[in-house]
Amino acid sequence: MTVYNTIQLDENGRLKHFLTTEGLGRELLVEILDHAESFAGVGSRAVKKVPLLRGKTIVNLFFEPSTRTSTTFDLAAKRLSADVLNLNLAASSTSKGESLLDTLHTLEAMHCDMFIVRHSSSGAAHFIARNVAPHISVINGGDGQHAHPTQAMLDMYTIRKHKQRFDTLRVAIVGDVLHSRVARSDIHALKTLGVNDVRVIGPKTLIPAGIESLGVEVYDNLQNGITGVDVIIMLRLQKERMISASIPSEHEYFGRYGLTEEKLEVAKSDAIVMHPGPINRGIEIDSKVADSDRSVILQQVSHGIAIRMAVMAMAMGSLSGNTVKPDEDTDK
Amino acid sequence: MKIQINNGRVIDPANIIDEAGPVCIEDGVIVSVMRIPKGFKPDQVIDARGRWVCPGIIDLSARFGEPGDESKATIASEAAAAASAGVTTVCCPPDTSPVIDTPAVVELIHQRATKSNKVRIYPIGALTQGLKGERLSEMYALRQAGCIGVSNANHPVINNEILRRTFEYAASTDLIVFIHPEDHHLRNHGVVNEGAISTRLGLPPIPETAETVAISTALLLIEQTGVKAHFCRLSTAKGVEMIARAKRVGLPVSADAGICHLYLTEQDVDGYNANCHIIPPLRRMEDREGLLQGLLAGTIDAVCSDHQPHNDDAKTAPFSLTRPGASTLEALLPLMLDLVDKDLLTPMQVFEKLAVNPAKILGLESGSLTAGSIADVIVVDPELSWTLTTSQMLSAGKNTPFINWELSGKVTHTFLNGQLVYNGTSS
Repeated sequence: MTVYNTIQLDENGRLKHFLTTEGLGRELLVEILDHAESFAGVGSRAVKKVPLLRGKTIVNLFFEPSTRTSTTFDLAAKRLSADVLNLNLAASSTSKGESLLDTLHTLEAMHCDMFIVRHSSSGAAHFIARNVAPHISVINGGDGQHAHPTQAMLDMYTIRKHKQRFDTLRVAIVGDVLHSRVARSDIHALKTLGVNDVRVIGPKTLIPAGIESLGVEVYDNLQNGITGVDVIIMLRLQKERMISASIPSEHEYFGRYGLTEEKLEVAKSDAIVMHPGPINRGIEIDSKVADSDRSVILQQVSHGIAIRMAVMAMAMGSLSGNTVKPDEDTDK
Repeated sequence: MKIQINNGRVIDPANIIDEAGPVCIEDGVIVSVMRIPKGFKPDQVIDARGRWVCPGIIDLSARFGEPGDESKATIASEAAAAASAGVTTVCCPPDTSPVIDTPAVVELIHQRATKSNKVRIYPIGALTQGLKGERLSEMYALRQAGCIGVSNANHPVINNEILRRTFEYAASTDLIVFIHPEDHHLRNHGVVNEGAISTRLGLPPIPETAETVAISTALLLIEQTGVKAHFCRLSTAKGVEMIARAKRVGLPVSADAGICHLYLTEQDVDGYNANCHIIPPLRRMEDREGLLQGLLAGTIDAVCSDHQPHNDDAKTAPFSLTRPGASTLEALLPLMLDLVDKDLLTPMQVFEKLAVNPAKILGLESGSLTAGSIADVIVVDPELSWTLTTSQMLSAGKNTPFINWELSGKVTHTFLNGQLVYNGTSS
């Protein structure tokens, strides 16, 4: 864990890169949520901008296709008045044989201040953070099956909005945990914020080995797993999983793990239903649930902008109080 | 040329010798041990007081980059590293480019080895053409050209019918088969051991069964075909158990472990340490313990470096995209000597694992200090402490997981064929 701290925090304990929720302290996570709270209003103003990152250049470096993550990062950066460069590299330099490191150095030479990175290889964001020029901050927009920390923080933000406190909560994460970076980042964040009862639910083929070591309980039965829970986080089932023999059919999967109004009855009456999107209606979630007032899926999307503003501003050192020691003053 | 090595502690497990005395070499051959022949007038005398005199190390697997990977390492660069590490014989696996599946490639390797003249290289021929797992290689021709065994290295033979035929044909060609036990489908593009670490890091996992299922298949086919087989780089405690059982019922099998697996575990991968990207993967503590137990019990006959030099580019990428393998030649002996310091092995046992047993597996007459045998001899200072740094490594591959480790024990002289090919005392 120290590995993550040493690379994510600067010598004053401030957020320098945001690569994973693992190993970050509770104070820091709460700080991110608090800052996001203060940014949440910006989107509804007449002028949807604050000048915190004016003159800074942020590069959206997406090696993997993404719509909502890249769009919300883009919006968040623009609302902070930064200049944004969106690079979709999925089909670009890498296919021309350029190494990741060379791509990075090329962008560094253009005097950028921050990289938002999405890559299909686990550890890619760590790799980039370890190899960029020291003035550049790196935010992980999702790396392989490892981490998606801003998604986790917007999930925490959404949970806090609805449930206020974390320590008494029961949270269930349902579906393809094996391939989910969201699940891993959610688990680390939930545990750090004090949630004792975190469950992961899915068939054994979609639950990674040794997940118990992260402090969660494993269920292969949806009903048992969501009984009495306050929060249900549904995960997206990738179609490719059927080819890889992880599940027999969409039909059978929906029958066992698809969330319907009926099955939802065993959860707490005020339980909220979340999903990182995009949703597969009729595969992991029934439309009636997705569109019901229990569902907070669209709120998650708008919270994503506030969270990403907070994280970007903190990593660029543009917020006073971006520190674990509140008495530390900033020069910005 | 006559050489006399005086006063060293002679460690020669093949002849059950562990005591101080002289070793005399003449014209590339050991002429006498523990006594000086009448009228022996040495041209060179080495005072080995406080040091050990041992048979040269026989490394069952080291990749030297040639042919195909010359940008990373060459036989010349790696032979120099081998000599400095006390390794006098190495086997190189057939997964070069081109693959060692024709006598011409064997010839090329022999030529380069002869030119460097610092280490003996025995190529291992391909088990199937192009290592594709489809057609038998010309094993007889490879044997004639000098291959010491056959192997499909880390490439799968998916069809068990073909695997059976390769074993039968190898048996009838009197060649030992080197098996890298890995079930291709269970490996499933994995890069690290399946467990808490792979889950935390989100890296594609390799289950224990990738090894054990492959061992089980191979053992049944060995039993059926009678082929002499050597299992390379065991990584799981369960795999060790399976080999122990096979040996008990008398199957003609032997096994080795790579030095990394005796020292490192999956924990060392944490933080995406690409130098610990090794295949088979570093496993759990219990597995490492099982390997050490297997070493003591004799189930694991030999320890090899499994040396795989890479340049920075091959290791500078997100973990899954890096090339597997570690540069380990120069750490092999000191790490084995550390097992002596930990009272796990005696010095005699170290050279059983590094010389006597590998020679037996390969059917070589070397690996001992027997009078009349070829003089592949090393002198070791067991107490000399040093720190492994990339700048002093002779291997062109600096990809070692043991960087900045404090090691104890260094080779001071390496004789190949009675010729001094490394002298560490002058520097």
